[in-house]
Amino acid sequence: MPPSGDVVLSAEGLTKSFGGLKAVDDVSFQVAAGEIVGLVGPNGAGKTTIISMILGVLKPTAGRVLVGGIDIATRRSQALERTNFAAVYTPLPGNLTVEQNLRIFGLIYGVKDLAARIEQMLRDFDLVRHRKAKTGVLSSGEQTRAELAKAMLNRPKLLLLDEPTASIDPSTARDIRARIADFAAAEQAGVLWTSHNMYEVAEVCDRVLFLSRGRILLAGAPDTLIREHGAPNLEELFVEVAHEQLRPAEEAS
Amino acid sequence: MRASRVAAVALRYFYLVRGSPVRLLPMIAWVAIDIVLWGFITRYLDRLTRFDFVSTLLGAVLLWDFLGRVMQGITTAFFEDVWSRNFLNIFATPLTIADYLAGLVITGIVTSLLGLAAMILLATGVFGLSFFAYGLALAPFVFVLFVTGISLGIVGTSIVMRFGPASEWLIWPIPSLLSPFVGVFYPLATLPGWMQAISRVLAPSYVFEGMRSIVGGRGVPWNQLAFGSGLAVLYLVGACLVFTGVYRYALRTGLIARYSAETAS
Repeated sequence: MPPSGDVVLSAEGLTKSFGGLKAVDDVSFQVAAGEIVGLVGPNGAGKTTIISMILGVLKPTAGRVLVGGIDIATRRSQALERTNFAAVYTPLPGNLTVEQNLRIFGLIYGVKDLAARIEQMLRDFDLVRHRKAKTGVLSSGEQTRAELAKAMLNRPKLLLLDEPTASIDPSTARDIRARIADFAAAEQAGVLWTSHNMYEVAEVCDRVLFLSRGRILLAGAPDTLIREHGAPNLEELFVEVAHEQLRPAEEAS
Repeated sequence: MRASRVAAVALRYFYLVRGSPVRLLPMIAWVAIDIVLWGFITRYLDRLTRFDFVSTLLGAVLLWDFLGRVMQGITTAFFEDVWSRNFLNIFATPLTIADYLAGLVITGIVTSLLGLAAMILLATGVFGLSFFAYGLALAPFVFVLFVTGISLGIVGTSIVMRFGPASEWLIWPIPSLLSPFVGVFYPLATLPGWMQAISRVLAPSYVFEGMRSIVGGRGVPWNQLAFGSGLAVLYLVGACLVFTGVYRYALRTGLIARYSAETAS
């Protein structure tokens, strides 16, 4: 089902080939303002490739990405001013303090009234006492909070989160999920969220896109997908879909 | 290009130095050691002969080190992003290539000026080097070496971006590889023909030939210096084109997105 509100992200026919391998194959979807969309799928399904193309660090072989109607291929800076991201594999520079990291990225994103915004982010993410600490010495949960503070610093209209709660404890993960959901609602930001934690996806996401071998296999609200496919929960549905997709490949080999 | 973005790239390096002052060491200590070593050598040679070795050799060492520091300032600032795996954070932002390169160049200018100040202090204060000996020609000397250093720094960052962090060891020796061809310590006429042919397309050659011409009382070879300056500007344009090409290659192949492991091949 397409989103009903203002579209903040439009991926149209995204395709990425590496040599003979199609990592992403003609993927189209949209994310609306205030909507949280889960992008899930087995390892190697193409999730991170899609995120990289949306972030403009990987050029699609075909298709295009529009952020708030702005084509990232032609107006990269303007599109990325409205975007931000946090990814488990991209920590903030550990040799800078939390406050220094926020100031540098605030300058890069052109954040207005930066000092006040940094104070707000430090408060919102419970980082005030860590402001002078080098980011690399913080715990996993604290580092994740610092990355999310950076990701929300410029009040992005599109927030990309690649496994934001990986390797953190359930309590911190719950807290972080709540903050992201609050941010999306308050700022009317669209969120594209990849995760392997189906409980998390079912709890937070308004819509889910099941990806396998570079293609979207299923799309819909978590409850609707579970009901339509007669699965006990999203995790079972995920396993079922992933196995269905793997079987032909295994048989062929 | 936006000033706040350029400032962010330069500010990051300032924060790093402030947080770890030991980073100042390579900016100042090694050049100071070079000046002390060559200072005593030239003082000794001055006593043996009547030739002005201080202006010729010590001045040459100082200016050649300056070029190396400019290059190193740029590449080191770039390496901070490599070492902290900050590539995706940096390039998935509104930062443009021009913003990023300008930030690196400003960082290179500031760090190399620190080194230059230390060198001048030692060379003039302790060993009696006088830049007045070069007169107005000092301006094109510094310009050529400075622009060449920036170009080498940008080419160095392009090599590392293209071939991965392990290729860092390919770029540090670049100034040493060039030094025999540019005649830092001897006239180009000393070189065999094929080396002289290479020297003619290397901008710093004209600086060191010019220095020797001035100290030898043959005047300033302005035409040669103008040609060297033109070459240096061409290098800069070429270096920016190389970086842009490598960056586009990185976008096409996913190099930036995957840039974290040792990928030199």
